[in-house]
Amino acid sequence: MKIKTNIYSALGEVSSVYDRRSIWTRSLISLRKAPYTARFGMVIIFGYMLVAIFAPILAPYGEAQVFPKPYAPWSSDYIFGTDQIGRDIFSRMIYGARNTVGIAVATTILAFLIGGVLGLAAAINRSWLDQVLSRSVDVLMAIPSLIFALVLLSIFGSTVSNLIIIIAVLDSTRVYRLTRAVSLNVVVMDYVEAARLRGEGLGWIMRREILPNIMPPLIAEFGLRFCFVFLTIAALSFLGIGIQPPTADWGSMVRENASLIMFAQYDLKAGLTPLLPAAAIALLTVAINFVVDWFLHKTSGLRDDQ
Amino acid sequence: MTNRTEKGAVLLSIKGLKIQGFSDEKWHDIINGVDLTLHAGEVLGLIGESGAGKSTLGLAAMGYTQPGCRITEGEIIFDGVDLAKLSDEGKRKLWGNRMAYVAQSAAASFNPAHRLIVQTTASSIRAGIKSRESAYEDAKQLYDVLNLPDPDHIGDRYPHQVSGGQLQRVMTAMAMSPRPDLLVFDEPTTALDVTTQVEVLASMRSIVEEFNTAAIYITHDLAVVAQMADVIKVLRYGYEVEEAPTRQMLSAPEQAYTKSLWSVRALEKPQQAVQASVLSLKGIEARYGAEKVLHNVNIEVPKGSTVAIVGESGSGKSTIARVITGLLPQTSGIVQFAGEDLPPALANRSKDQKRRIQMIYQMADTAINPRQTVREIIGRPLEFYLGMRGGTTTKRVVDLLEMIELDAGFLERLPEELSGGQKQRICIARALAAEPEFIICDEVTSALDQIVQEGILKLLLRLQKELGLTYLFITHDISTVKAIADQVVVMNKGEVVEQGLKTDVFQPPHPDYTALLLSSVPEMDPDWLSNLISKRQMVAG
Repeated sequence: MKIKTNIYSALGEVSSVYDRRSIWTRSLISLRKAPYTARFGMVIIFGYMLVAIFAPILAPYGEAQVFPKPYAPWSSDYIFGTDQIGRDIFSRMIYGARNTVGIAVATTILAFLIGGVLGLAAAINRSWLDQVLSRSVDVLMAIPSLIFALVLLSIFGSTVSNLIIIIAVLDSTRVYRLTRAVSLNVVVMDYVEAARLRGEGLGWIMRREILPNIMPPLIAEFGLRFCFVFLTIAALSFLGIGIQPPTADWGSMVRENASLIMFAQYDLKAGLTPLLPAAAIALLTVAINFVVDWFLHKTSGLRDDQ
Repeated sequence: MTNRTEKGAVLLSIKGLKIQGFSDEKWHDIINGVDLTLHAGEVLGLIGESGAGKSTLGLAAMGYTQPGCRITEGEIIFDGVDLAKLSDEGKRKLWGNRMAYVAQSAAASFNPAHRLIVQTTASSIRAGIKSRESAYEDAKQLYDVLNLPDPDHIGDRYPHQVSGGQLQRVMTAMAMSPRPDLLVFDEPTTALDVTTQVEVLASMRSIVEEFNTAAIYITHDLAVVAQMADVIKVLRYGYEVEEAPTRQMLSAPEQAYTKSLWSVRALEKPQQAVQASVLSLKGIEARYGAEKVLHNVNIEVPKGSTVAIVGESGSGKSTIARVITGLLPQTSGIVQFAGEDLPPALANRSKDQKRRIQMIYQMADTAINPRQTVREIIGRPLEFYLGMRGGTTTKRVVDLLEMIELDAGFLERLPEELSGGQKQRICIARALAAEPEFIICDEVTSALDQIVQEGILKLLLRLQKELGLTYLFITHDISTVKAIADQVVVMNKGEVVEQGLKTDVFQPPHPDYTALLLSSVPEMDPDWLSNLISKRQMVAG
């Protein structure tokens, strides 16, 4: 409804052309334009989510159900055989999706809560608080995180909640760095100054003025960080201090069945068995990266022809 | 060397050009069938408000479209070749050789890692027009023609080592280096101070005249275009409104829209009687770190009036705003508001003290949060200061929108769906929402087109009358001061040079600095620049 008269009016000023659409139609449009890699990634992630949610229905046997046939070969009864004490590997892989992915998601969310809030506060404050937080983060980052996690887990014990908290705190340092860096670009904007002049508190400025403007890089980082957390948990489990038995977990499943790989010369399928949980980890990581890549490209504002 | 076209021959002709831009999943018309003819040695001024398509047309004259745009119809004949159909390879041979472009922001257009002379001569050397030595020699001559200081050595500097006005002139030298037939200037002086603008305009005009180059000069500043152009074309919504030789266009515009553009500069506020002060600054000194930026500043702002602070960038005028709002506590002196002393630091001021002083910013783009809707932006001060909730807030927001001449249809819009002028109006509404007595306007119109500026100034004047507001108006534009101010404070290097009633300050005799500032403001007279230059030369000689 552009008013094309020859007199100036504030209503008739030319602004960028824009049709109001619901979030639903907007996301449908961008989904339709998504590249095949991103679609592939989304399908895989969706599949993992389904498996994790419906694990008890999909799995033929229980998570810790032991059969009197350790190291059974692949068969119609035990699709991927059984492990060293006779648990069905296929069932454990399905439950593993729930445990490993669930713990990784919880850890990543916690890491973002800690790192995000502290990063925002440091960016707005810019004085002593920034110094204290940034230097403590430097100290934490100076210690290799896997070794640090090993030490802490040995001290506090390998329970699921300890695992989540320790990895979240260690990973929140990276989130802190990112949040602080991207927030600094927003904090200098006049609208943040306007909010300060209005007398708004720290919480409002963080939540309403800055957070919505730094969401795109944070969401992309969430995907990547999730991959790292996931790999860290798998690595810790492989080393034996991650998720503890009898809880099914892909990392420890690789370790427990690692010796089977030596039988590959006699039975190829048996040799493949320890690689299955590893492949599950790899596939999910690749899928998430595909989606994050697409998202980053989209939010970078580059057109397709550039 | 290229076969130079004779003066008066048609160099460029555009016929029925249509350009579309792709945004939001659809193609939209940007240029709707515009014709344009440019003769050799002629300067064509393209004017219009933002969104009129003037930059798109200027670039199209070189056969270039911005990413996401396409030429759908029409032809662009440059010296017998249709640029609309020419291959990219063919166009690249013309660009930076027979046609060149001078961008708005010189600072953003130079590569900071190379010396100026290397960048000035790059395209000539690449195209094989000149050898390296002759190109360097020529660049030095161009620097001399453009009145750059120390023309033999300025080319050895890096972009950050020269001022904005100098950089803009170096860019003109860069464009002139291959002696193009066509130059496109895209708002080259918009980002400069008035006193610098005069020098840049004068050197641009002399170089265009000296080398008989045809030019397209894109701007929204009518007074500037009057100095530069032989012919003026007015654009709006991608259509041509009117085209005529400059003198005829200025004295007798035919279309109502053109007349409204011309009338902008006639706005002038009548002098008001002086009332008691609502805000007074007494002996203010302020520092950024060790550097002292304000020296003993005393300003009285009478209630219900407008005090304009004038000065170039770096004169400390924005610092005064930061002191009054409490963002930069003064090191000595007192800020008195409505009879009481304001605590220097923002944190020590009460909510009510904060509410009564509001601020409107220069860049509306950065002053409103791009992720909040108009309802949230204007509604927040209502909720925060006045404790309004839900339906009451929305009703009041609609009232405020109507007060700034917009309507309820804007409630759910995001800033990216607003034009520059509309954004600035939203900022005004946000300030009004707090029901303030005193509003600081920091260069609120300098980023806007003139016709939009006029709309905003009229709005501010009306609001002042209706609500009895007091304004502190920070600006470098003298015509804005004439339009809105009652009193004027002239600042230079952190000190007040002159202050008093507008009528007094604008009457001679002036202190030197005020005189320079006043004489540098372009006027709508096409002879203004020539007269000014000869006058200044006489004084200097």
